[in-house]
This record gives sequence, structure tokens and C-alpha cells, in this order.
Amino acid sequence: MCGTCGCGHTLIKPARAKTTGGALNFRPVSGTPEAGAAVPQTPTSEAETRRIKVERDLLAENDGWAGENRARFGAAKTLALNLVSSPGSGKTTILVRTLQELRGKVPLAVIEGDQQTENDAERIRATGVPAVQINTGKGCHLDAVMVRHGAEELPDLACGVLFIENVGNLVCPASFDLGEDAKVLVLSVTEGEDKPLKYPDMFRAARLMLLNKCDLLPHLAFDAELACANARRVNPDIEIIRLSATSGEGMDDWLAWIARQQAA
Amino acid sequence: MHEMSLAESVLRIIEDEARSHELQRVRGVTLEIGKLAAVEPDAMRFAFTAVTQDTLAEGATLTLLEIPGEGHCAACGAAVRMDDALALCAQCGSGSVLVTGGDRMRIVELEAE
Repeated sequence: MCGTCGCGHTLIKPARAKTTGGALNFRPVSGTPEAGAAVPQTPTSEAETRRIKVERDLLAENDGWAGENRARFGAAKTLALNLVSSPGSGKTTILVRTLQELRGKVPLAVIEGDQQTENDAERIRATGVPAVQINTGKGCHLDAVMVRHGAEELPDLACGVLFIENVGNLVCPASFDLGEDAKVLVLSVTEGEDKPLKYPDMFRAARLMLLNKCDLLPHLAFDAELACANARRVNPDIEIIRLSATSGEGMDDWLAWIARQQAA
Repeated sequence: MHEMSLAESVLRIIEDEARSHELQRVRGVTLEIGKLAAVEPDAMRFAFTAVTQDTLAEGATLTLLEIPGEGHCAACGAAVRMDDALALCAQCGSGSVLVTGGDRMRIVELEAE
């Protein structure tokens, strides 16, 4: 069992290097009760059935850890951004370019979430920015405890920016607060304009949408106006920046947005 | 399928309650699921069956109570019943509806020995 929070996750710590290698692996909790839990027993026929009022929120445990993360980030004046999208939208490419722009100006670090491989963390580390990889195994999202563990592996980020790249998935990560300041949703123009209508929960949860790969627009039938209208239909307050991590279009707006969040 | 994580949360709460109430066996579990909580009832049932195998809640009956989605129209201020995340205000037709309820999930009751 994890010594920090008592979670049932199997946690494999990086061998020694804090940020240079070794993924944190999380596996689904096994169905076996923990030591001390009531063990299934053959019920006796005279066993009395009782009704126990519980009234506990299923996300309360996650939300508790998210609150702790938020308090820690707040105390250190660390801006924490949770990047969410479907797989292949270009989150990592945006991150690499963003880190190259911000490096040397503010403290930076990245928590990478994927089911398998350390490929993304290696791409991040190539920029010189510390990164920790969390492998969720069969898990489809990061949760607040994973982020807590990941953040413990990273250097102090006073007045800096922590980017959390969630597992590529437009459904599940919407429900799990990580303690971030904002969710940043990446939609690429190689996807459908109706993604916001198909996956409204995520678009509703996001503060900013980055419409990525805009350099490809001349070659596609994608209607960017319609995509933005659909996003606003689901979330009237969502901010939108059109971007290309390849050409650099919109990067200034994105960096200015980050600076505004830091100042807020 | 985040229902698996949610089912694991259900099991952790059950095991916690089992310790404090000295329960030997859980026969029934009642959950309230908000209509806007992004939970598929069938996926939840599947996940619950999977995670409770070989535990004190194996074979327990899972009862899911749906809680209606509620919203507040940012345009006219009306209370809006939301059957899905894209519900329009019934009063003024606006799509600017903020969710005010029915987006959570909680375990309400255990039936146990």
C-alpha cells in the first residue's frame, strides 16, 4: 500500500533519479480486501440484515486530494494546467513548443499521463524541462492522488507553471478534479466540428480551448467557425485560441493567456 | 471507462463502512447517480460486479437511483430541468444554462449483515 495516502495503487517509484526516468505505474485496485477489512464469510441463516445509511460522495476522496493539491500549488504560487483532449490532437507537440518558449523565464515541470510508455516524458525531457511519467495501466484518466505522487517527484515550482498532460480521452478525465487551476482542452482541426456536442462534459469543464493544427485548414473541409460555435454552445464562457504548434501561429496568444493566469 | 474507478471508490467506501459497523456481508448497495454525472448505468453495473468479486460485497444487488439534472438559465434566471448536458432553457430557449444539480454520484445505503 502507498505510504503517503494509503491508496491501494501499486506504485513503482523511479529507481533513484527524481525526474530523469522511471515511470510511476498505477494498476487498478485488486478486488481483494485490504488487511483489516471485513472478510467474506459464509452467512449464517440467522444473520440479521441491517440497513446502513451512508450518504458519501463517490468522488469525495478524489476531491479531497484535489483540494490538497490545489492548496499546495496555491501556496507555492504554481499555476497548474490540466491539458485534456482525444488522442492525437497534438497536446505533447504544443507542450514541447510552449516549454521551449517559456524555458529560462519561469520554473517549469510536466506530469505526463499515458496508459503505457514513457515516450511523452522523454520528449519533454529533451527540452530540458523535468517531467515525470505516470502510467495508468488500464486506467483511462489521471486522478488527484496520481498527480500528488507525480508532483512529489518534481522540483520546487515556486511562481512557475506545472503542465499536467492527461490521458488522451475526451470522456473520463472530465469527472476527475486534479487540483488544477484550469483545464485546457485541445481540439485539432483534423477532428470533427461536432466534437463539443458529442463530448459536452469535457468542453463544459474546460476554461480554454486550443484549436490546434490550424496550419492544415487550407487543406481540410473543417469549419473552424462551426467548431467554435459548438464549443460555445456547450460552454458559453470558454475562451478559444486558434493555434498551430507546427507553424507557431497563435503561440503568442497562448503564452499571453498563461501569463494572465499566472498574474490572476 | 471511468466507471471502473468509481466502482473502486464504492468498494473502498463499503470496506470502510464494514470496518466501522462490523459488517460481515453486504447484500445490497444503493447509489444515487446524477443524470449529468457522465456515468453509464450499464458500465457501472459491469464495473461493480467486477470489482466486488472475492470481497464482502460479492453478489450484492446494486440499485441505481437517477437524480434529475438541474440548471440555472444565465439569460433569464429560470430554473431548468436538464435531461442532458445540452438542454436549452424551457422559458427563453437560451443555451446558456449552468448546471446546479444532478452532476454528482453518491452511495446512500447499504443492506448488510
